[in-house]
Amino acid sequence: MSGISAAACLLLFAGHPPAHSALASAGPQAARIESLWWLFFWVCSAVFLLVMAALAVGLVRDRTPEEAGAAPGPIPPEARRRRTRVVAVATAITALILFVFLFASTGTGRAIASLSRSDRSDAMTVEVTGHQWWWEVQYIDPVPGQRVTTANEIHIPVGRPVRIRTASHDVIHSFWVPSLHGKRDLIPGHDSEDFWLQADRPGVYRGQCAEFCGHQHAHMAFLVIADPPDRFAAWLDAQRQPAATPATPQALRGQDLFVHLQCALCHAVEGTDAGGRVGPDLTHVASRRTLAAATLPNTRGHLSDWIVDSQRIKPGNPMPPTRLAGEDLESILAYLESLK
Amino acid sequence: MRRIATRLGALVLTFAALAGCEREARKFQTPPARNAIARPVRLTTLQPGDSLPGRDGAGPYDENAWAISEGERLYNQYNCVGCHFHGGGGIGPPLMDAQWIYGSAPQAIHDTIVEGRPNGMPSYGGHVPDDQVWKIEAYVRTLSGQASKAAEPGRTDHMQARPSEQSTPKRKPEGEKAEHPG
Repeated sequence: MSGISAAACLLLFAGHPPAHSALASAGPQAARIESLWWLFFWVCSAVFLLVMAALAVGLVRDRTPEEAGAAPGPIPPEARRRRTRVVAVATAITALILFVFLFASTGTGRAIASLSRSDRSDAMTVEVTGHQWWWEVQYIDPVPGQRVTTANEIHIPVGRPVRIRTASHDVIHSFWVPSLHGKRDLIPGHDSEDFWLQADRPGVYRGQCAEFCGHQHAHMAFLVIADPPDRFAAWLDAQRQPAATPATPQALRGQDLFVHLQCALCHAVEGTDAGGRVGPDLTHVASRRTLAAATLPNTRGHLSDWIVDSQRIKPGNPMPPTRLAGEDLESILAYLESLK
Repeated sequence: MRRIATRLGALVLTFAALAGCEREARKFQTPPARNAIARPVRLTTLQPGDSLPGRDGAGPYDENAWAISEGERLYNQYNCVGCHFHGGGGIGPPLMDAQWIYGSAPQAIHDTIVEGRPNGMPSYGGHVPDDQVWKIEAYVRTLSGQASKAAEPGRTDHMQARPSEQSTPKRKPEGEKAEHPG
């Protein structure tokens, strides 16, 4: 299991590992969080070094003559006053530092929220729903037929803020793309406030569930892909299309099997009779980069492994193992690979 | 001497507690879906010769709380609620009362799901994996309090008009038209 994951990670992120660090910010909000982080880091480092230095001085320094005096008795008033002064000054500095942190933190929170205060009635809304253990992503459109449903991959245009609306299907999850934003909890049965994502540089940013949500919490990741506006528009247009009719006889047979075997009970493919809403929408599954919530790269081999026995890769996930004859499996794979 | 006795007692208690873990056992590696029914479902008790041994043994998940909650999830996701509603019935017969047209035994419920029944119940054999059918069966039996009280859910995560399965009194099955055959 861990071998598979490690190999998958290597394959998945060979060459261009997607950014997954709060210290590699790619948007205005993450930049504020990053500067807050550095402020904490430098101040805390300085405090740590000063405390260690004071400790070292205290250990090394010779004791004053009155302290070295043999008889343990009451401390002389002069020494007592000096100690009181030192403690008072240290307490005052600590309180001051904590207030600086408090104001810096509040300021960061307000700056992050300011993106949502301005009027952006024309902004795009993406609805993200957490499931055990994957992410459902819907691009909201007033025209129902123009809605786009995908999974584990959020495409956004560079430089434009996108409204994110979150919900949870089962337990508490947390939406976290460290390069773009802080953590946002997804609470079942509770509409949390919308927030905004904005990427200023094109790139692939990795996100991860940040609230323990069960057996496969660690394998509940996703990718945010920031594209230049024209590429994003082309992507959205392609996703709005229903699945293309398979071109080869093998893929056509795969479609038939997909709809009439158990796949369609849970998965939907727009444009066919498969309408299950339990698992991820597979209308354009071949266009996605990863499988199983950014656990595996989207290759034919991994897809095959996943269909036959996903429990070996991600134990406890709701997809049951499937027994398929070799020919049937090949047909279904050919069909799924045709869903660009 | 007394200390040894205390330790022995603690050990015994630990093992007694471990026995309860069966309730929460989770098996992820389940056999894949069968695409053919291995054994034909009998719809009548009529048969030549001696009657076959009874098939009213317990289902594999009747004592497992996790499987029952999985069964509830599948019951909703596979749209059993579409006809049977949350046990109250509507298009299909209610599942929370004492009336069992085709038998209340785990095997009979399993067969009903796999093979379907006349007047509307479709057959899910070959679509829903056998393992999941048994989970749904375990859940369906909790609706009328047939399952073990130790395993039935004490509360649900969603709003519900009726009391939890655990507080549902066990209804004595009555009016079984066909005494589960075989």
